[in-house]
Amino acid sequence: MQWDIVIGLEIHVQLATKTKIFSGSSTAFGAEPNTQANAVDLAMPGTLPVPNEQAFRYAVMFGLATNSEIGRRSVFERKNYFYPDLPKGYQTTQLEQPIVGPGHVDIDLSDGSTKRVRIHHAHLEEDAGKSLHEDYHGMSGIDLNRAGTPLIEVVTEPDMNSAEEAVAFAKKLHSLVTSLGICDGDMSQGSMRFDVNISLKPKGSDTLGTRTETKNLNSFRFMEQAIAHEVERQMDILEDGGEIIQETRLYNGDRDESRSMRSKEEANDYRYFPCPDLLPVEIDDSFIEEARARLPELPDARRARFKEQYGLNDYDAGILSADAKLAGFFEETVEHGKDAKLASNWVQGEFSARLNAEEKSVADAPITGAQLGALVTRIADNTLSSSGAKKVFEALWTGENDDVDAIIDAKGLKQVSDTGALEAMVDEVLAGMPDQVAQFQGEEDPKKRKKMLGGFMGPLMKASKGQGNPKLFNEILLRKLGG
Amino acid sequence: MHNKSVAELSKELESGKISSVELTQQFLDRLKSEDGKYNSFITISADQALAEAKAADEMRAAGKATAWTGVPFAHKDIFCTNGVRTTCGSKMLENFVPPYDATVTANFKAAGAVCLGKTNMDEFAMGSSNESSFFGAVTNPWGDKRVPGGSSGGSAAAVAARLVPAATGTDTGGSIRQPAALCGITGLKPTYGRVSRYGMIAFASSLDQGGPMARTAEDAALMMNVMAGFDPKDSTCIDREVPDYTATLNEPLKGLKIGLPKEYFSEQLSPAMEEQVRNAVREYEKLGATVKEVSLPNAKLAIAAYYVIAPAEASANLSRFDGARYGYRCENPKDLMDMYTRTRAEGFGNEVKRRILVGSYALSAGYFDAYYLKAQKVRRLIQQDFINAFKEVDVMMSPVSPSPAFVQGEKTTDPVTMYLEDVFTIAINLAGIPAMSVPAGFVNGLPVGLQIIGDYFSEARLLNAAHQFQQVTDWHQREPQ
Repeated sequence: MQWDIVIGLEIHVQLATKTKIFSGSSTAFGAEPNTQANAVDLAMPGTLPVPNEQAFRYAVMFGLATNSEIGRRSVFERKNYFYPDLPKGYQTTQLEQPIVGPGHVDIDLSDGSTKRVRIHHAHLEEDAGKSLHEDYHGMSGIDLNRAGTPLIEVVTEPDMNSAEEAVAFAKKLHSLVTSLGICDGDMSQGSMRFDVNISLKPKGSDTLGTRTETKNLNSFRFMEQAIAHEVERQMDILEDGGEIIQETRLYNGDRDESRSMRSKEEANDYRYFPCPDLLPVEIDDSFIEEARARLPELPDARRARFKEQYGLNDYDAGILSADAKLAGFFEETVEHGKDAKLASNWVQGEFSARLNAEEKSVADAPITGAQLGALVTRIADNTLSSSGAKKVFEALWTGENDDVDAIIDAKGLKQVSDTGALEAMVDEVLAGMPDQVAQFQGEEDPKKRKKMLGGFMGPLMKASKGQGNPKLFNEILLRKLGG
Repeated sequence: MHNKSVAELSKELESGKISSVELTQQFLDRLKSEDGKYNSFITISADQALAEAKAADEMRAAGKATAWTGVPFAHKDIFCTNGVRTTCGSKMLENFVPPYDATVTANFKAAGAVCLGKTNMDEFAMGSSNESSFFGAVTNPWGDKRVPGGSSGGSAAAVAARLVPAATGTDTGGSIRQPAALCGITGLKPTYGRVSRYGMIAFASSLDQGGPMARTAEDAALMMNVMAGFDPKDSTCIDREVPDYTATLNEPLKGLKIGLPKEYFSEQLSPAMEEQVRNAVREYEKLGATVKEVSLPNAKLAIAAYYVIAPAEASANLSRFDGARYGYRCENPKDLMDMYTRTRAEGFGNEVKRRILVGSYALSAGYFDAYYLKAQKVRRLIQQDFINAFKEVDVMMSPVSPSPAFVQGEKTTDPVTMYLEDVFTIAINLAGIPAMSVPAGFVNGLPVGLQIIGDYFSEARLLNAAHQFQQVTDWHQREPQ
């Protein structure tokens, strides 16, 4: 039987405010446990929440960037349940009147098509603390540093039909919120977390099947794997004539396994009601316009500009524009490197590969766009060969030296591009290899000729102590050999 | 000294006849020797009080004294006090010492007032007789074995017994006015949002309001000068100018339009009580006021609506008492669920549990619309009744409670009878308007209170009306034997 896969996402986005959504505690990551939790965060008796205006501003910016309606009257509700990392015994969140209403985001697919994914709504809420189950000898430790960190929870319509689409949407959202500067996008620290709702239905059917929710996926790779895993699990059940149970599941990425967390019957009755400690917040036109004025260039607009301004192709422009920090790094490189295509190749190639290998973000890179730009300039003006350029890059990255020209001098990497000198070297080398010259001149197959030409390059590079311009050597060789 | 009002003690201190340390010591001595009869205090903080008194004397010497500098008083044990345990009348917080002050607490400290301790109360302010306190019932100074009312019963009894000249209270459905009436003192529930709720342990957040309890309207005005005001730490607090509440106490009442809500002079009120209230209204007529009947057609729905909304809010507000971070935790929990269930089963008393259950039920899936939403609609109707009535009159007058102080144990077996104690006070909290209780006579030797109800932010007018009444009557001066 053929099946349609139906996927909806819920995405928790930690907002990059300096302080918490209802208290003045810092939201910085990585502090000693419970050092960033004040009386309000600890839910001490009598304490009260005071809303953080910046969280509202960020949520409105998100709404504007996703073509969404802005809820003019924003109401917080209490979601009641007991858990040790939830100090008040309820989470302050939004239900009936969220700050962001219906909207949409367009995603690009690998076949070159685009697809519109509708956003149902996005609401503001507070994050919980963390339960630490290790190192406490059968007990649990509670760290409330994260408790009260502002989140927006983005809820999509079930508009995605494959893992590829879901991941494309997730990446697009990541690109949007980091470009907006409302989230640091650091998934390893939980800044974005994905819940995936999946159901299957017979191909072409209008009736949605029973769905499951797989919670708390914190990387694109795990998300893709979890979807594949869950689709397969549901397909097996359905094809054996079974029924899907509506439930919440947890996925273990390291073992590619999932297990049921709770079924619909076991689900809590959260007893939502409007929080009487917080008055409804009215969002007026001037607040929205002020937020609109703060919107930076968004990824789609940046992509179009990169194509226009730098003459990049759609693929390169797409990669370089998606991440605001990478885009900024690229533009700095171009500014100092003139040649946009070369800059694009180096940023996507050597630079990104090195970041990935060392698990670093653009912000942590040990080199600047200006340095890479200087390197690109020296490639473009033929001062450096590609192998020489890699050596300079290495020296910059390791911090051996921070000046490109100084490295070129120190390492003697400057190419010889003096045609007269190069011709003399070619004459000398060819004179010493008469058999190979004759062989080359007798060969008709262009592929073999090309390979044989390479045979002269080794001795030439040796003769020039590695500094001869290979491109020029090639030209001279062909001329002299009657290529 | 113990018979003097706050205003009088303030003058004594200002004249230099007595220091705050001396005055505080006298009050502490009396408190220790007398309170055994009433159990009106949960905690006496003698060391802190004497330190505050010393600081107050220094403040005065430095020329920075306010009307409150050096004057002793007490806080209801619902206001958090930095370094002094704050129990809210519950075993759950028997050993809880807050590391911060409520805004009201901080305001009194800034004014130089001297807090002698924390007064007894119904557990988490849930009750009308002070019998639900984990720290034992309070005895009304006006009658052996009589309740002082609740939930601010300790504050009312302490003020009536002259243990302190004034004390703070909180009022969610009548918890300042009803004990003030039953103990023969003066109490004011301000407009919702007038006094900060920060650091005041929450019962029902949309109804709770702190306010003054004293023997005279003038002292209540002095308390309001300290308590009222905007607080950025409380999002429901209203940013509105605070008048000097003592400045208008002596305005004449000629032409004051008084409304008597006919629904509050119903068969629930005993004829003897009604007579006292009507006598008081006649005093106002003598002072130049005019009187007419008004109607609050939805008032009869107030208790039903309140007993959905207040428990619903309380059910969430009290979830934080889970044994995880502070307060009571059961012995040797075997797992998380055991810690939650036993901590809460052992830490909360019956009335608190009853309200958590009622509130959780009212908010449950399938019942929310029929209970919570319906109650909120009723609340708006009640509010509209008051708004309409205040188009015709300046203030309204009514009894505070259906009967005077009852005997301990009389109503503890039937919660609904206890809830009816607040039949005349509860609608005011639902509407969010201010109201006072003023001593207005006696029935069988027990005090009777007159309720004066005002429009939003009319506290100055209420205090003025109460003060003028107290210039021509002496009910508030009567002392229990």
